[in-house]
Amino acid sequence: MELQLGPEDQAFKEKMREFMNNNLPKDIQHKVSMGLGLVKDDYVTWQKIVGQAGWLAPGWPMEFGGTGWSPMERHIFNEEMARANAPRIMPFGVTMVGPVIIAFGSEEQKKFYLPRILTSEDWWCQGYSEPGSGSDLASLKTRAIRDGDEYIVNGSKTWTSFAQFADMIFCLVRTSTEGKKQSGISFLLIDMNSPGIDVRPIKTMDGGVEINQVFFDNVRVPLKNLVGKENHGWDYAKYLLGHERTGTADIGQSRNQVTRVRQIAREELVDGKPLLDDPVFQNKIAEIEIEILALESVLLQALAAESAGQPPGPEASLIKLRGTEIQQEITELLFEAVGNYAHPYVPEALEMGWNEEPIGPDYAASIAPRYFNTRKTTIYGGSSEIQKNIIAKAVLGF
Amino acid sequence: MDILLNETQALLKDSAEKFIERDYSFDVRRLVSSSEEGFSRVIWNKFAELGWIGLSMPEEYGGWGGNLVDLSVLFEEIGRGLIVEPFLSTSVLGGSLINYNGSENQKKSIIPDLINGKLLLAFAFTERHSRYNLADIETTASNTGEGYIINGSKSIVIHGSTADKLIVSARISGESRDEQGISLFIVDANAEGIKRRSYQMVDGLSGAEIILDNVLIPHENIIGEAGLAYPIIEKVIDEACIAICAESVGLMSELVRATVDYLKTREQFGTKIGSFQVLQHRAVDMFNSLELSRALVYRSAETISNVDDTKNRARAASAAKVQVGRSGKLIGQQAIQLHGGMGMTDELSVSHYFKRLTMLGTLFGDTDYHLKRFVMLGEN
Repeated sequence: MELQLGPEDQAFKEKMREFMNNNLPKDIQHKVSMGLGLVKDDYVTWQKIVGQAGWLAPGWPMEFGGTGWSPMERHIFNEEMARANAPRIMPFGVTMVGPVIIAFGSEEQKKFYLPRILTSEDWWCQGYSEPGSGSDLASLKTRAIRDGDEYIVNGSKTWTSFAQFADMIFCLVRTSTEGKKQSGISFLLIDMNSPGIDVRPIKTMDGGVEINQVFFDNVRVPLKNLVGKENHGWDYAKYLLGHERTGTADIGQSRNQVTRVRQIAREELVDGKPLLDDPVFQNKIAEIEIEILALESVLLQALAAESAGQPPGPEASLIKLRGTEIQQEITELLFEAVGNYAHPYVPEALEMGWNEEPIGPDYAASIAPRYFNTRKTTIYGGSSEIQKNIIAKAVLGF
Repeated sequence: MDILLNETQALLKDSAEKFIERDYSFDVRRLVSSSEEGFSRVIWNKFAELGWIGLSMPEEYGGWGGNLVDLSVLFEEIGRGLIVEPFLSTSVLGGSLINYNGSENQKKSIIPDLINGKLLLAFAFTERHSRYNLADIETTASNTGEGYIINGSKSIVIHGSTADKLIVSARISGESRDEQGISLFIVDANAEGIKRRSYQMVDGLSGAEIILDNVLIPHENIIGEAGLAYPIIEKVIDEACIAICAESVGLMSELVRATVDYLKTREQFGTKIGSFQVLQHRAVDMFNSLELSRALVYRSAETISNVDDTKNRARAASAAKVQVGRSGKLIGQQAIQLHGGMGMTDELSVSHYFKRLTMLGTLFGDTDYHLKRFVMLGEN
């Protein structure tokens, strides 16, 4: 069931595939396809290449550097990037703070920050969750108090992905304790080099240190770094949620991983025959492929609605929910496929340039860490439980 | 819903619980697991003193003479405490292989030292291509005038690098996957021709890849009759399956306990998140799954302790593995989910229980393997 593309979309797809073939550095591609650890430079190098083609922010209005592509073209572009085993484009600048600055920022903010996102000069991270505010984000406590022409910020943010690489952080901070908790929140842009900021890595169960806790100790932030109006930050955060409706499907990435399952199952033997020959295992692969088809169908409907100018519906919740569950199911299948060699823990093997003999097959080292790391996807970005609450209220009217 | 334990079992459980509370906190576990050897010799000696290492070894050699049910009680606590010491490899695998099939001399020279903590064993059976088939081995043993010469390589040998002696399965005749022609050998871990590559495993225990390059061992180191070891290997692995299923029950009970506790403590939206019915039902699902697993594991342990026939034993072991495999996935994954972001951290013990539980779901066969085996064993 291949995507039925019209001639123009088909030509676009071929153009994108060729771009990936010709421009994605082979060493970076190799790292991504083998599940090896990427360093900051890998992400930035690729983003600069895409940025130079003018394609880093396809969803932005053209006047700010967007491509003017249709929703379908944007989808094809993402799919081809995933298919080529390119690193993820970091969403924090391009998909999160960028659109908020475009919609609500001052002229000065637009002129200053947007180009720096497009050139990948600024690496952004997201300051939302706090130790006491996870699902209940609106209860956040990090405080920003006005002092002359500055805010003084105190508090801490947690689960901050890649804060260790970041130049800037966009933060939801509390600027008022009066009235409802949502109406006392502001959206503030903070320089990560500001005195008083401390980044501490949080080690996750897979052994990685992707996430951090960020501490703010009397950090001074110029008033001009406030986006939009004070105490309206929650509205801007909600706008973000509605704005990004389909990116969380991760269809291309999931299909890539299914290909990887097949590759491994071809190599792994059961009683002398490839695991891939086992009808029970084949059924499991087929089930996931069909689940991906169904999710993709919802996604295509959402793209069509967007093209027709319809406002975003609640499909974003269904897409995030199912997309992440499918990602997890695939990591389970990878885990099953590799059998006994899921046991050894060899973090060095995930570094590029590790020259020793692998323990077992070379694809084994990243499998268990990936399974464990992927448990986060149903927790972050609005947990599965929260997504169901949203659907219950917004669609079913409970 | 407690399993009815007899008096000695209840005492064993009680003393294990006390030991974990006093001497094996999660901080201790973390330290021990990341140490050079991957476990603590001091703690191992303590286990020897308590008589635990020899729990299922015969009394005539200084053991307790316990059966698989007794062993399950101990292993449940090993799970609950996330204990990394080499019980499985030394006692359940190595010890049983010698006990069931060894000569008088072999038993006399190995079992007492095993029980008093002086001797560590590891069972080297899996190979790169074996997956879960115990007969899929290509390591060979040729009978020469001077002894047996063993050639081959073994994978994922649990506690392989700290073992003093390795019990190695090797083929003296037949083709790959023939059940006939397999023998067991006692190999000194420092013998010439042995190369061990050790590593940490994902669940905090230690493992090794072992190469045997023209390793010469004396004739008297073969265990039992030449070429007829397969049934013993299968029996010991089935019993080991029950042991790790019991360990999984211990892991799962701690995960359920910790999760319910977290739900009752964590506040969001102005209330304890445990007040949400959705999460309560999830915790109930976890609890029910745990109860079903615990009950079946003890039933299987009982069955295997009391029957002698291969088919019933194998069915009992595979049934337990399937039930526990499913439970383990549900309880493990939901424990992490319900702990939210905190569940993802290395800091909390939850993820460590989850990792051990996940790996036990694969050890000695995954759920699909045991389902298939259960089917192939035929109707009851």
